[in-house]
Amino acid sequence: MIEKTITIMNRAGLHTRPAATLVKLAASFKSEFYIFKDGMNINGKSIIGVMTLAAEQGSTLALKFEGEDEVVASNAICEFFEKGFNEQL
Amino acid sequence: MLFANFLKKDLMNNSNEKIEEVFKGIAASPGIVFGEVYFFTKHTPRIEEKNISSQNIENEITKFEHAIKRSEVELLKIQTLTEQKIGKSNANIFEAQILILNDAILFKTICELIKRTKKNAEYIVNLEITKYQQLMLSSADEYMRERAHDVEDVKNRLIRNIQQEKLISRFKNNTIVMSETLTPADTVLFSRNNILGVVTETGGTTSHAALIARSLRIPAVLGAKGICNSIKNSDEIILDGNRGVIILNPTKETKKNYHARQKEFEKFERRLEKLRDLPAVTLDDFEIGLSSNIEFVEEIDYIHSQGSHGIGLYRSEGVLIGQDIIPSEEEQFNAYKAIADKTFPFSVIMRTFDIGGDKVVDEHVKEENPFLGFRGVRVSLASEKFFTTQLRAILRASTRKNISILLPMISSLEEVRESKRILEKTKDDLKNENIPFDEKIKIGVMIEVPSAALLAREISAEVDFLSIGTNDLVQYLLAVDRGNENIGNIYQELHPAVLRTIHFVISEAHKAGKKVGICGELGANPLATLPLLGFGLDEFSVNPAMLPEVKKIIRSITMQDAKRVALKVLELSDTNDIKNYLKEELHKVVPDIPIND
Repeated sequence: MIEKTITIMNRAGLHTRPAATLVKLAASFKSEFYIFKDGMNINGKSIIGVMTLAAEQGSTLALKFEGEDEVVASNAICEFFEKGFNEQL
Repeated sequence: MLFANFLKKDLMNNSNEKIEEVFKGIAASPGIVFGEVYFFTKHTPRIEEKNISSQNIENEITKFEHAIKRSEVELLKIQTLTEQKIGKSNANIFEAQILILNDAILFKTICELIKRTKKNAEYIVNLEITKYQQLMLSSADEYMRERAHDVEDVKNRLIRNIQQEKLISRFKNNTIVMSETLTPADTVLFSRNNILGVVTETGGTTSHAALIARSLRIPAVLGAKGICNSIKNSDEIILDGNRGVIILNPTKETKKNYHARQKEFEKFERRLEKLRDLPAVTLDDFEIGLSSNIEFVEEIDYIHSQGSHGIGLYRSEGVLIGQDIIPSEEEQFNAYKAIADKTFPFSVIMRTFDIGGDKVVDEHVKEENPFLGFRGVRVSLASEKFFTTQLRAILRASTRKNISILLPMISSLEEVRESKRILEKTKDDLKNENIPFDEKIKIGVMIEVPSAALLAREISAEVDFLSIGTNDLVQYLLAVDRGNENIGNIYQELHPAVLRTIHFVISEAHKAGKKVGICGELGANPLATLPLLGFGLDEFSVNPAMLPEVKKIIRSITMQDAKRVALKVLELSDTNDIKNYLKEELHKVVPDIPIND
C-alpha cells in the first residue's frame, strides 16, 4: 500500500474535465485508488465521487494506492496532480 | 358590522372574477402572441420501494443496464442539438452527465446493492445518487451546487428510463411556455415543438433562452419577476415581446387593442424586410453606422440577415459560458478568429472580459455591492497575465484588420493608460515572436461610469473611439439597480440627466476628433433615435432583432430635424415631458411604428 499527500494547483480546482481525466487514468491501473478529504473517502475511479470532492485550489488530498501496480499508478497519478492536470495554471 | 362583513364578502366575490393584470419583464425576443399558459416544471419521478425475488434480480439489473444506454442516447441527442443551435462550447454542460452514466464504480455499487438488498433498481439508484447530490448541495462552492443539478438531472433521467416511461415532451404545442428558469437543454427542446412564446422569471436579453428564442423567432419576455406566483396553468395571457409585457386575463378591449398591435407589427415587419439591403442613411444623405451587439459566433448569420454592418459590441464573456476555467490563449484565439472571419468584410469591436457585476461571477469572490465592485477592466488589470492572455488572443485574431478593442468599466484616466501600457507591451512581445497582428488596431473605452463620462474629453484624447454603454450608465447615474423590482420604475433611460450626459460625452469626444458609438439598450429604443442622431452620434450598435426598426427611423428623417429635436430635448427637465415630446416627433416621421409606453 502506498499513501501520498498532494495539493491542488489549478485555479479552478478539480473540476469536471480534470476529474474525468483522473478517473480514466486511475482506471488504467489494476490497483485500488482512494482519495481522502475532510473525512470523506472516495473511490478515485468513480467520476461522481471525484466530482463530489469539490477540491478547490490549495486544498490537500490524501491518496491511497493498493494493488500489484501501485508504484506505477501512484507515480503517474501524483505527476498528474503536480503538473496541474496538464492545464494552464 | 354585519354590513361591513357583507361589503367585504361582496368585494371578495368581485376579486374572484378574472381581473386584468399587467406584468413587466425584459423584452427578449420581439412579437405579440395570445395564448394559454403552459407551466413547465421539472419531471420528478415517483419512486416506490419494492422487494425483488431472487430469480428476478438479474432481470432488475438488465433493466438498469438498458436504462443507462437509453439515457445516454437521449443525452447525446440533446448534446448534438445544442451544438447545432448554440455552439459546441455550450454543449459541454452535458459532458458531466454523460460521464456519470459511464461511471463504472457507481454502476458496480448499484448492481451489488440490488443483489444484496433485493430492492428494485429505481429505489437503489435514487438512494445511491441522492447521497452524492446531497453532498454537493451542502458545499459552500457555487460551482459544486450547480453540479448537483446535473446529478439530479441524470438521476431523474435514469429513473424514468428504468420505469420505461417515455420522454414526454414537456412542452405542450401552441401554448406560451412559462417557467422560473430554463436550462439550455430545455430551451433547445423548443425547436422540436410549436411554442407560441416564452416567459421566465429569471434571465435577460443575453441568456441562452433569449438567444434561442430570437434565432427561432419565438416572442419572449424574460426576467418577469414574481410571475410564476401570479399566473396559473391554462391562464389566458397576451405576451408582448416588443415591450416586455405580459397581460393576464386581458379584457375584451385590451384584446382588441393588442390584435391591432399584432397586425401592425406583422405589417411593420414585412416592410422592414425590404430595408435589409438598403443603407442606414438619413433623408438628407448622412450615413450612420448601424451594427449589432452579439455574444456568440452563431449569431453572426442572423445579424447579416438583419442587414447589420458588422458588430459594434462583441461580449467576449461568451467564450466563458459553459467553461469551468478561463479558456487558454489558443482557445480564445480560435473563438475571436472565427468571429473576425465570419464578420469580414465588416468589422467587430471586441470588448475585453466584463466579468463581475451580474455576469459570470467567480464564485470565490462574494461582494456586498458587485456592481460597485470587482468587475470589467478592474478584473483584467488585477491580473496582468489574465489580461495579456486575452489581448494576445485578440491581437493574433486581428490579421484581417477588422478588429477593435473596447475596455469596459473604465472609471479613470489611469486605468486607460495602464490598459494601453499592457496592450503596447503585448504588441511588442508578439513582434519579437514574429507573430502577425494588426499593428494599427484601434482601442476604445466604454463610457458607462459617470466619472468616465465627465472625463470624456481627456479619455478620448488617449484612445481612438468611445462607446456609450447606456444600461450601466443609467444605473450608475440614477443610482438604480434595474433588477430591483421595488425601484424598477425609477430606471428611466430617457431621464433628462441621462440624455444630457450622452450629449456631453458625444460633444467632448468630437472636440478631440474621436467617434462615439452607443451599445446599450437605449440605442434600440425608437424614441431615442432622433435625439441621439441630433447629438451627433456616429454609430448605433443594437440588439440585431431591433436593427431594421432603427434603420427605418434613420431613413425616415433628416439630420436637420434630428438636431432640432435634440436641442428641444436638452431643454426639457421632466422624463414624462421628454417621452411625450419624443413620441409626438417620432409619430410625425414614422406614423406606423409600434412605440413602448
